[in-house]
Amino acid sequence: MTRALQRMAVEIVEQAHGRDDLVLIGIQRRGVELAERIAKLIEKEEGGEIPRGALDITLYRDDLETVGPKPVIGETHIPGDLTDKHVVIVDDVLYTGRTIRAALDELADFGRPKRISLCVLVDRGGRELPIQADIVGKAVKTASGERVDVLVEELDGRDQVDVIR
Amino acid sequence: MTVSATLGKDLTGLEHMTPEQIRLILDTAEPFKEVSERPIKKVPALRGKTIVNLFFEASTRTRISFEFAEKRLSADTVNVAASGSSVSKGETLVDTARNLEAMRIDMVVIRHPSSGAAEFLGHRIASNVINAGDGKHEHPTQALLDLLTIRDKHGKIAGLKVCLVGDVLHSRVARSNLWGLTKLGAEVAVCGPWTLMPRGIEELGVRVFGRIEEAIEWADVLNVLRLQLERMEKGFIPSLREYYRVFGVTPERLDRAKRDITIMHPGPMNRGVEIDSRVADGPHSIILDQVTNGVAVRMAVLYLLAGGRAELADAAKRGGPE
Repeated sequence: MTRALQRMAVEIVEQAHGRDDLVLIGIQRRGVELAERIAKLIEKEEGGEIPRGALDITLYRDDLETVGPKPVIGETHIPGDLTDKHVVIVDDVLYTGRTIRAALDELADFGRPKRISLCVLVDRGGRELPIQADIVGKAVKTASGERVDVLVEELDGRDQVDVIR
Repeated sequence: MTVSATLGKDLTGLEHMTPEQIRLILDTAEPFKEVSERPIKKVPALRGKTIVNLFFEASTRTRISFEFAEKRLSADTVNVAASGSSVSKGETLVDTARNLEAMRIDMVVIRHPSSGAAEFLGHRIASNVINAGDGKHEHPTQALLDLLTIRDKHGKIAGLKVCLVGDVLHSRVARSNLWGLTKLGAEVAVCGPWTLMPRGIEELGVRVFGRIEEAIEWADVLNVLRLQLERMEKGFIPSLREYYRVFGVTPERLDRAKRDITIMHPGPMNRGVEIDSRVADGPHSIILDQVTNGVAVRMAVLYLLAGGRAELADAAKRGGPE
């Protein structure tokens, strides 16, 4: 995982033509830890400080009406106005695309970034919306009955990606 | 990520709630505080829901707080006041509510002068019912916001000594606070003239102080209740001035305490009666924090009660998001 994150950090800077205006926003929960790590890797290479934040998309979900009991809401923390920033959304797994749809709607309420790109550790296919990642750690083909679990050291004690059939 | 505790259809009072349910509301209120600090103070969680605020009693703070909470969750809201509605023509509570339901509403927030009105209504209509104060019975969202504000200030509730001061007899705020505080492990006391103490209150495991000085000596938190002059017949207290002299929370009395005491008041305040202005506006007052937290707590309650029908949960699990 460390190597994948390293490569993703390089690609982010490459696609953004430098680290100016970059803001990393992690999706709760595992995305927040991944964004933090990628930000540190970029800082190590490029110097300076990369602003990062956390986004919980629960209140923007399109299936809130149908889920019960209600999901726990995590913290949302956006570092300042996003207008004219290059926002990189960081998440662990990209699947249906519905989480990212919700994240795009929510981010729009925090300003008007000049660009938003999407960076995910695992792209497992199975999209239900016209959404694609700009930067992918690893693409994995999975079926709809399977689950992809990303574990990160900060929360789970170890770095690991499991495909559960 | 889901939790096991749920709230059921209505929120009518804290008496029959579990500590887990109360904690669920307080924990859910935390992220909602941040929503009110956003440049656009609105999230789409309750889009398409219609909520009626049915107020049969005067209210400013509670009604506006509920309305903000509803609007910040993107619900559509209608306010109905008893005066100027068909209630003044003699329509019963159930008829009023059933007529509103016939217009396809989802939730009712009700304030009513009769104890038990919210529960009565909840049993008779399909919409979610939230009690915004019923007679002398309960005012659950007020107690929840009090609990949240105490937890913010002290970092915990269990083990704290909280004294409800003043007109406990007429106070639904006191009753809801009593249930909530004891369920979360606080020590609770009441203090006030005997005429304003409910009979048998000691049986609830509550300490009773006859003198405000003793209460101040004992407590970490004073929740000063409003003297409910509109609910009093004559003879409860000799005069307002006398009440202030004997039970008023003043800086002089607080100065004699060995430690800082947190001061709360559910509002509206009778300044110079139950609480001195210098205390209400003083450094240990968290009265305005209570008001701020009120919106977050009500957002949490609305969010947790709305939708989430059990029969749809399985369908959601099958085709839900990653």
